[in-house]
Amino acid sequence: MRRAIGLILLLVLAAFLVSGMLLVHPFGAPYPTDMDDYIIENAQNQTGSNSVVASVVFDYRGLDTLGEATILFTAVTGVLLLLRAQKRKEGGS
Amino acid sequence: MLSKIVRTVANQLVLFILIFGLYVIAHGHLTPGGGFQGGAVVVSGVVMLLVAFSSQDLKKSVRERVLSIMESTGALIFAILGFAGLGTVFFYNFLVGSPIFGRIPPTGPNSGDFWTGGFIPLMNFAVGLKVIAGLSAVVLAIALFARGEEMEE
Repeated sequence: MRRAIGLILLLVLAAFLVSGMLLVHPFGAPYPTDMDDYIIENAQNQTGSNSVVASVVFDYRGLDTLGEATILFTAVTGVLLLLRAQKRKEGGS
Repeated sequence: MLSKIVRTVANQLVLFILIFGLYVIAHGHLTPGGGFQGGAVVVSGVVMLLVAFSSQDLKKSVRERVLSIMESTGALIFAILGFAGLGTVFFYNFLVGSPIFGRIPPTGPNSGDFWTGGFIPLMNFAVGLKVIAGLSAVVLAIALFARGEEMEE
């Protein structure tokens, strides 16, 4: 019974992955550029920044940058928490 | 601790590295680069000091509390700036048109004006502060941990 369920799940997963491989964008075909054109035309006027990359990173996609900053914050917190000298651990607990 | 030649050269070079890093952070809205990249440049100067001198020497002058406060301040400024434009939309650039960094450049190539960009320069400063403090803390913590020590509180 478990084997049958595992086989079905494996087939579903394989079908999912193969369909993803078949549906991938054809190599070399041009992508839709509506978003790029909009940002290149309006970024300087809307955000006042000459560097369009900076205006995308901090303004249009600012939420993603907030997540990036959170990841850095979490990483630093984890490193500082883990890399304590051994003696404090013994004294504290 | 390396030889006296290396220590002297590192001592002179670190100033230029700091200035270049701050330049990259400050001009993030005009040239390639920004808070993350400039902060990484500054931290490379810290790593150079760490290589040239021993980690005990840096331990005397850098305290963990200061780095923690710097990083948290950067993160707070970033989040507050993101929430400040919430009246329109999250991360709305509310400073465009205001006297602070509010000038709007002409569309297309132009010579660049420092007082443009809305809140993007402030964001760059916040992220730069955060990256400088955070990565320095990580590098120092790892270097001191290798010797079985830890940073001063």
